[in-house]
Amino acid sequence: MSGNMNLTLKVWKQRNKEERGKFETYSVKDISPDMSFLEMFDVLNEQLIAEGKDPIAFDHDCREGICGMCSMYINGRPHGPLQGVTTCQLHMRSFKDGDIIVVEPWRSAAFPVIKDLAVDRSSFDRIMAAGGFVSVNTGNARDANSILIPKDDADDAFNAAACIGCGACVAACKNSSAMLFVSAKVSQLALLPQGKVEAKTRVEKMVAQMDAEGFGNCTNTYACEAECPKNISVENIARMNREFIAAKLS
Amino acid sequence: MGITGIFLITFLIVHCGVNALIFFNDGGILFTKAAHFMGTNWLIRTMEIVLFAGIIWHIVQALVLTLQNQKARPVQYAVVNGTANSKWYSRWMGLLGTLILIFLILHLNHFWVDSRITGIDHPPIIIEGHEYDNLYAEMKDVFENPIVVIIYVLAMFSLAYHLLHGFQSAFQSLGLNHKKYTSLIKAVGFWFSIIVPFVFALMPIAMYLGFVK
Ligand code: HEM
Ligand code: SF4
Ligand code: FES
Repeated sequence: MSGNMNLTLKVWKQRNKEERGKFETYSVKDISPDMSFLEMFDVLNEQLIAEGKDPIAFDHDCREGICGMCSMYINGRPHGPLQGVTTCQLHMRSFKDGDIIVVEPWRSAAFPVIKDLAVDRSSFDRIMAAGGFVSVNTGNARDANSILIPKDDADDAFNAAACIGCGACVAACKNSSAMLFVSAKVSQLALLPQGKVEAKTRVEKMVAQMDAEGFGNCTNTYACEAECPKNISVENIARMNREFIAAKLS
Repeated sequence: MGITGIFLITFLIVHCGVNALIFFNDGGILFTKAAHFMGTNWLIRTMEIVLFAGIIWHIVQALVLTLQNQKARPVQYAVVNGTANSKWYSRWMGLLGTLILIFLILHLNHFWVDSRITGIDHPPIIIEGHEYDNLYAEMKDVFENPIVVIIYVLAMFSLAYHLLHGFQSAFQSLGLNHKKYTSLIKAVGFWFSIIVPFVFALMPIAMYLGFVK
């Protein structure tokens, strides 16, 4: 079909956590511009299986930008050349015939490679388990309007809650810092009356866990905000710094 | 980093303000008096010690952060497109800071060592019957050398870019981000980062070209 393209892919292959990986070069032919990046990988993997070779391991689930699984560092950027999208929302029309595309896993001490492009992001889960929740004994659901929340706060909390835990912020950051993720998770609760009760201990515990996991320190390059598929704002990082300083001082 | 950074910024205001007195072009009278005050007032002398401690603390923090951050990414990316998501000077703060440090050593050697330790090799300047250390003559001496002038001007570019990132970054690190005030902080930071290094850079240029006598 006209408009279809032939591409060269340089993909990171790594058998397991322990072994050192290396790049393998593959070529794919007749790729439709309407395919998603992951569909192009499906084509490549079918091809590899047919050739009796080891297919490339990569994470994916929803393929509609909501689960945050599809971690691929494409040509030097998490989730590829577009802003505000995940890899599954990236289409091959963003590339052109003859392109060489380099695909790497997220690189961070706190995200060890499981195999090829799949990384272990359970460090994020442990940060959440450390304090990213509201402990209440649930009873009947109350009328939503009985707790008054200013519209601005509700909007900010909602925007912070849009974080899908994909880890692109860590992948993009030159310091491998997880501040955007953790600050979004702190903010979505700290802004609301139900979350304020435990705000102090929450921020202390989540930051302590973040440091224990081996993420780097934020130097405010704001690469995270630029690469976040959900456009999470660095205002959240300032809010978390504020909460953290206040918690330590009180 | 934020607190030491803001402290160093306040130092720059004072330092730049005092030195800019040479632009009164009065043969250095105002400047000499101000420098004398700065060199003899006990509060300022105490702050000088705090300043050196601040610089060292800022550098120690930078080193610790950089080492931790390198450990956080043991395997590097083969391809990084940093320009797509951040300003180059936000990624090169360590290098810019190191250039400032090299300049600082040269600069302290030019003025601070002479005025505080070895003594100035110019006869004192006499204003209204009082004798003052002639730092002004020392300044004119130092800035006779075009190489020195060029180094000072280049160093001010490093400072400008370091501040361009550092000023707003310090406020963000301290959690001072606000829907109304952040744009103001960023604007003040931007103009501060341009004006202060520019005024500093004008000093050697003006002396070398003889605009300030
Ligand atoms: C003497 C050598 C210096 C070195 C090695 C150095 C190094 C660094 C480094 C690596 C950073 C980290 C980047 C960041 O956190 O944004 C930084 C930040 C900063 N620097 Fe420097 N610097 C030096 C001198 C100065 C001077 C003279 C000033 C004052 C005008 C200054 C002001 C700042 C500010 C305000 C920040 C931002 C702090 C923050 O975001 O928390 N630095 N510096
Ligand atoms: S803040 Fe953005 S980039 Fe980071 S994990 Fe959440 S959605 Fe992904
Ligand atoms: S596969 Fe779910 S966000 Fe991409």
